[in-house]
Amino acid sequence: MDWKRFGFIALIIAVLFTIVVLIGGKSQPAILIISSMLGTTIAVATPLTLGALSGIYCERSGVVNIGIEGMMLAAAFFGWLGAIYMSSIFGFQALPSLLVGLLIAMLTGGLFAALHALLSVTFKVDQIIGGTVINILAVGVTGFLNRQLFFEKGSIFGGQVPHGPGTFTTIYIPIDKAVNGLCGLLGSDCSVAAKAASDVLSQKPIAMAAVLLVVVSHYILFNTRWGLRTRAVGEHPKAADTVGINVTFMRYANVIIGGALAGLGGAYMTLESIASFEPLMTNGRGFIALAAMIFGNWTPFGAWSAALVFGASQAFQIKLQLFRELIPAQWSFLQNAYVVGMVPYLLTMLILTGIIGKNIPPAADGVAYEK
Amino acid sequence: MPETEKNNSHPRGFAGLLKAAADAPLIIPILAILTAMIIGGVIIALVGGNPFAAYIGLFQGSFGSLKAISETAVWATPYILAGLAVSLAFKGGLFNIGAEGQLALGAVMAAWIGYALPDMLGVSLPKVVHLTLSVGLGMLTGALWAAIPGWLKAYTGGHEVINTIMMNYIALNLTSFLLNGPMKDPNPLNVSARTPEIAPSARLSPLFEGLRVHWGFIIALLIAVLVWWLLWKTTLGFEIRTVGANPDGAKYAGINVKRTIVLTMALSGLLAGMAGTIEVTGLNYRHELGFSIGYGFDAIAIALLGKTHPAGVVLASILFAAMRNGGTRMQFLTQIPVDIISVIQALILLFVAADAIIRYVYRIRGSEEKLVLTRGWGG
Amino acid sequence: MTENNLVLQAKGITKKFPGVLANDHVDFDLRAGEIHALLGENGAGKSTLMNILYGLYNQDEGEIFINGKPINISTPNDAIGHGIGMVHQHFMLIPVFTVAENIMLGAETLHREKEAKSPLVKLDRREVAQRIKELSQQYGLDINPNAIVGELPVGIQQRVEIIKALYRNANILILDEPSAVLTPQEVEDLFRIMRELTRRGVSIIFITHKLKEVLAVTDRITVMRSGRVVGSADPKQTNQQELASMMVGREVLLRVKKEASNPGEDVLQVDNLHVRDLRNLDVVSGVSFDVRKGEVLGIAGVQGNGQTELVEALTGLRPTKEGRVTLAGKDVTGKPPRTITEAGLAHIPEDRQRHGLVLSYPVADNMILNTYYLSPFAKGITIQQKAVDDQAQRLIKNFDVRTPSAYVTASKLSGGNQQKVIVARELSRKINLLIANQPTRGLDVGSIEYIHKEIISLRDQGVGVLLVSAELDEIMALSDRIAVMYRGKVVAIVAADKVSRDQLGLWMAGSNPD
Repeated sequence: MDWKRFGFIALIIAVLFTIVVLIGGKSQPAILIISSMLGTTIAVATPLTLGALSGIYCERSGVVNIGIEGMMLAAAFFGWLGAIYMSSIFGFQALPSLLVGLLIAMLTGGLFAALHALLSVTFKVDQIIGGTVINILAVGVTGFLNRQLFFEKGSIFGGQVPHGPGTFTTIYIPIDKAVNGLCGLLGSDCSVAAKAASDVLSQKPIAMAAVLLVVVSHYILFNTRWGLRTRAVGEHPKAADTVGINVTFMRYANVIIGGALAGLGGAYMTLESIASFEPLMTNGRGFIALAAMIFGNWTPFGAWSAALVFGASQAFQIKLQLFRELIPAQWSFLQNAYVVGMVPYLLTMLILTGIIGKNIPPAADGVAYEK
Repeated sequence: MPETEKNNSHPRGFAGLLKAAADAPLIIPILAILTAMIIGGVIIALVGGNPFAAYIGLFQGSFGSLKAISETAVWATPYILAGLAVSLAFKGGLFNIGAEGQLALGAVMAAWIGYALPDMLGVSLPKVVHLTLSVGLGMLTGALWAAIPGWLKAYTGGHEVINTIMMNYIALNLTSFLLNGPMKDPNPLNVSARTPEIAPSARLSPLFEGLRVHWGFIIALLIAVLVWWLLWKTTLGFEIRTVGANPDGAKYAGINVKRTIVLTMALSGLLAGMAGTIEVTGLNYRHELGFSIGYGFDAIAIALLGKTHPAGVVLASILFAAMRNGGTRMQFLTQIPVDIISVIQALILLFVAADAIIRYVYRIRGSEEKLVLTRGWGG
Repeated sequence: MTENNLVLQAKGITKKFPGVLANDHVDFDLRAGEIHALLGENGAGKSTLMNILYGLYNQDEGEIFINGKPINISTPNDAIGHGIGMVHQHFMLIPVFTVAENIMLGAETLHREKEAKSPLVKLDRREVAQRIKELSQQYGLDINPNAIVGELPVGIQQRVEIIKALYRNANILILDEPSAVLTPQEVEDLFRIMRELTRRGVSIIFITHKLKEVLAVTDRITVMRSGRVVGSADPKQTNQQELASMMVGREVLLRVKKEASNPGEDVLQVDNLHVRDLRNLDVVSGVSFDVRKGEVLGIAGVQGNGQTELVEALTGLRPTKEGRVTLAGKDVTGKPPRTITEAGLAHIPEDRQRHGLVLSYPVADNMILNTYYLSPFAKGITIQQKAVDDQAQRLIKNFDVRTPSAYVTASKLSGGNQQKVIVARELSRKINLLIANQPTRGLDVGSIEYIHKEIISLRDQGVGVLLVSAELDEIMALSDRIAVMYRGKVVAIVAADKVSRDQLGLWMAGSNPD
């Protein structure tokens, strides 16, 4: 990632925010619009960030993974199912149920990733085909079980979806108290700034974990033995092999780690964002995550910043719906949810054109290793 | 060494294909299907169903009566065309995951020409003109929609896998917008997102009185032959296959690689668009939102199961159509959700893609040429 | 010499690959502090033997001893553990990593008192760099640990490989074709380093097929052919001719027979050509030369001095930035490959599998790869299969392509026969100019002789030939005139019979012509 790319990303986010501020500025202070959009941006970027990190672990070790979408979908379903089982059949409290769900989601992602590794590393199946198999399998399995378990008469849940444990709650960070206290000492009122800071920082646990994982992944990838070996295997597996690194093991391990991260992204959808599952609910986010990974040149911070662009475009969509009535007549197309809904997808295509420099993947990305 | 020579020989023409089929390659797909059905049966048993009853229902529903066979053919029609679309792209080294969007937009265009053109012109059109326009412009729409990711691939390096998927979502938003807005059926009783019915002059006729199977099925079979001829008997086909097999070699051979990439995607979109238009003009007589969901991935599975060969695509399409069609009767008879079909199909695809698993399980020796279909992000 | 002096012994090593017996009961040993040459043609089984010693392959039969003790080497880690290091012909270096990262890879905490086991252990880049500095001073191998490997010249990359082995405390060093990519001067430097290493107790196995080098630097020579050891020799008591016939199994012509050339008018004129690479840097900067009918112009130079890009620009595979290329009187600057081919160019590309063939296509289709659209192979838009098949049969016969049939895929052919398919296709048209880039790389002696004869006979028919080769011997044997490329420029053009090998070597290394 270079500064040109970060600048480009900042520019797009600034444009999206400015439009909303221009429209909604009359009804709310600009700082609150921006801070709440920023909070939403970080939150809705979560599955994209995690998906992109998933892709980074896989591809840095030399395995192309377009099955992230399917891994997320399966994890979203099984995590949710696990949480529901815990709460409605075993009678657990909400938080332990959700945590079990989270664990199951990550295991599901890891399991599907293990299948992908089996296909692409051991059986040397074309990796894009392997990923497609994962995607189709995930759609089939989740669709079937969803209907079989919840909507068939005589099924376990008796033909209706039981009340689940809800979602993770926001972890409140008392930054607003701190700001207010500080301002109080100075004798001025800054409750608006305090609320703004709180809007941005107080997030739900998976969203927070995602940001933390960006930092951790960067450290692992570029400063540890694991990272050095992972990148070596993705650049030149034969060279790694000749110095005694087990290419197969490194690829399996990284793909499975990536799967668990995609699983966490899936968990976000059904355990943190909303408390329900719908077939096909990932809606292409696994693929957008890949685009973020590519635009971020396979680096965690780069991918995260690209994920924030998509987060911002969703925040843009949400806010525009909120300020519907305020949209001037000549911009009425912005009122249409379908039109605004195209923005993230168009942005994805735009950044893949390489308008900001070439994207250079790891040299052995997508190539099975033949001894 | 006559034995190796026989195995290595390149299938040339239909005779070669028949010989190859008799030799062995069909054994892997057949075992893949069988294995997937067995696993599917285990899953059915696990959730408390009777797999034998389920599969009997599946067969009855797909081939049990004239009507069932007709319905299977109805299902197979768009599958054949969309499967050919994906296969053609694969032959050119491109992975078109966007058949779904191309198909949907082709259908939108066909429907619009079908219901709006006579009113706009103020005359009723003869069938040959109206139907041709409807199908032709629908196909063209699919071609243009697919040419965009093709162009992006050739000239900017943006990978077609992501771009075609993004364009699926854009197409979905676009059709939602159109079918809920400007193109919505104005009938006061209508609450769904759909167009008005198309004029009778824009409809394909049924093949037989009383059955839904229509001329589209015959057309799809003819198109399969045409695609085979194009790929293996023409210079354009040679160019497409060469670019797919070795783009650097193609450039060396004087082929305009970039133009061929765009053209291949456009042809692929043309076929996918045709699948959409045939559904509108031959079956539904309108575009209803969401009718095509899942066709894109089914088409990929069909193309892979058919080893990207037109004849294989036709066979795979009929199989998938039979399963989808029979699935409804299976669900009716045994309460097993029709979604089990998706699981079985995914498993078939898994075993076809990773034929090493099948070879291992059934102890089949030897390996054919690996089917190289796609390339990483770099290209 | 007693048994005790043998640091390494391999006894009865046998290795089979599908259809090939790569090593057939091979015996080999290495004495302390010696340079032992393993000589043989491509495909003789030298690399297989070394890969077995280094644990990349496992032998089917046979035993390996280190200092007289039998050991088991099944992975490179085992070999490294026994003090064996290997410098591969294609460097096992990661271009985007630094020198230090490449060296520490797989031995990240070797510099510490106690090796760490945790995968998340932090990399001590500075300590490793320190240790590399020490090693490089000790052995006289100057190197900057923080340089990015991909940006270093090949000679320096080779040093990185050697230090990589020394860093792991190797005392047995395998050098696999180390001189293939070096200038004569760099080769001298390598020999100096090799002698320095042996002086400090390292024993070296030197794999090569170059006879001169064997005689210049080694203490002992073992010759392999078709997977067997066919003899050994003392470098002080043998000569090139004797070694060559041992290597090939018959008498070989070390020189190509050719008459004096009879050049005519210019067929190719290149004027001030500039070509840029992906990073937009000049890789060919202001090259001018011409090729006349009936002559061979050889382009000598160390790999990576712009030859590849020059040829790609001349054949239309790569855009030109500036300058003018005229082929048979037509301006073909920046034209696409087809236009240039139609102007009478035949091109034997450097990377035959990447550019020259479609490996998944049958031989027959490869024979018409760039003429498929012309009569008689195409009529309108349809391909005429009969004409294609006839052409294939004819070319297979005329060019002696060894293939079971015209319909097996090109991937099934040996390297030599793949090259013959390309030569057959390219020479079957009416042509004005042949551009042959590394036409004999990696081929067996028989195929090399065949292709050399074809090139000379083409010249004698009045076709111009532009020959690019990194093998100075090949350039000297075939060329009528020689141009030397260095850093994207032609630094000298001379008549082949008026220049010495040493002079060419100096030019290739960048010293200016007088």
